[in-house]
Amino acid sequence: MDPATWIAAISILTAGLTIAIGSIGPAYAEGRAASQALQAIAQQPDASDTITRTLFVSLAMIESTAIYCFVVSMILIFANPFTDLATQAAGG
Amino acid sequence: MEISPDAWILYEWRGWQLTATVAFTWAVMAILILASWTVTARISEGETVSRWQVLLEVIVTQIRDQIDAVGAEDPGHYLPFIGTLFLFIATANLLTIVPGYQPPTGSLSTTAALAICVLIAVPVFSVAKRGFGAYLKTYVRPTPLMLPFNIISEASRTLALAIRLYGNVMSGTVIVGILLSVAPFFFPVLLQLLGLLTGLIQAYIFAILAMVYIASASRSRAEREEKAAPDATEENEDKGE
Repeated sequence: MDPATWIAAISILTAGLTIAIGSIGPAYAEGRAASQALQAIAQQPDASDTITRTLFVSLAMIESTAIYCFVVSMILIFANPFTDLATQAAGG
Repeated sequence: MEISPDAWILYEWRGWQLTATVAFTWAVMAILILASWTVTARISEGETVSRWQVLLEVIVTQIRDQIDAVGAEDPGHYLPFIGTLFLFIATANLLTIVPGYQPPTGSLSTTAALAICVLIAVPVFSVAKRGFGAYLKTYVRPTPLMLPFNIISEASRTLALAIRLYGNVMSGTVIVGILLSVAPFFFPVLLQLLGLLTGLIQAYIFAILAMVYIASASRSRAEREEKAAPDATEENEDKGE
């Protein structure tokens, strides 16, 4: 296989691994955060406004970890900088 | 497949390129300006109020309340900046229901620009409120040892702000694009709906986080003053008992 094919194959594999492993942590954390918030709302319905706002903000913070993984895997698949490098090296 | 509206060039004139990102940003700006201009041109304080004025009042009051809830003392001071951020991102994301439209927030350039606005707004609001020296002192709190970490946190949260919005909006577009080729009839519509929800939540989160950053940079001194003030010592004594 020429270098470009190798890079493509490894990129696809890495992109899959990135999003697969990288979504485990955030998914677990978001589930825990949501369950804790539900529990807190059930115990103190009066404070639900504050809890909901804090929940949304913290969910977004947690989710950004997964989003980083998604962005990295998207770059690996659709905008891989190393593919051009390999093509140039092969051409020149 | 393109993952950014940057690569979609609508018009080219003597080396100047008009990308879809810029064009749709202008469209969103025009919609916002025209809408608020037409509503406020016929604003009334009487008993009969047009329904559009009610809508605008609800939006402004809600943003004000949210800013107040984050803990800033003077919501009117931050309202223009935070409100603009929220309205721009929300409009940009919600317009995805229009066919042929690509959200400008799905491009890293737009979100980076918005995040840099927040990066600059934090010191501007803080200096305006507390003075230059007091702002610089926030970097060496609690100890001068924390100086590098404070600077790193400033940079990394700006990056996070930009990537979060970009990633969320871009993922919506890309997933719909992939599903169109896999299950083209029903699922893309559902995910488009989900994308509307995510877009609105992301707009809210971007504005709230910007407000939290600004508030944390301009509030700490007021809190310390409260601690030093005599009426606050009573509370401390109560805690001690």
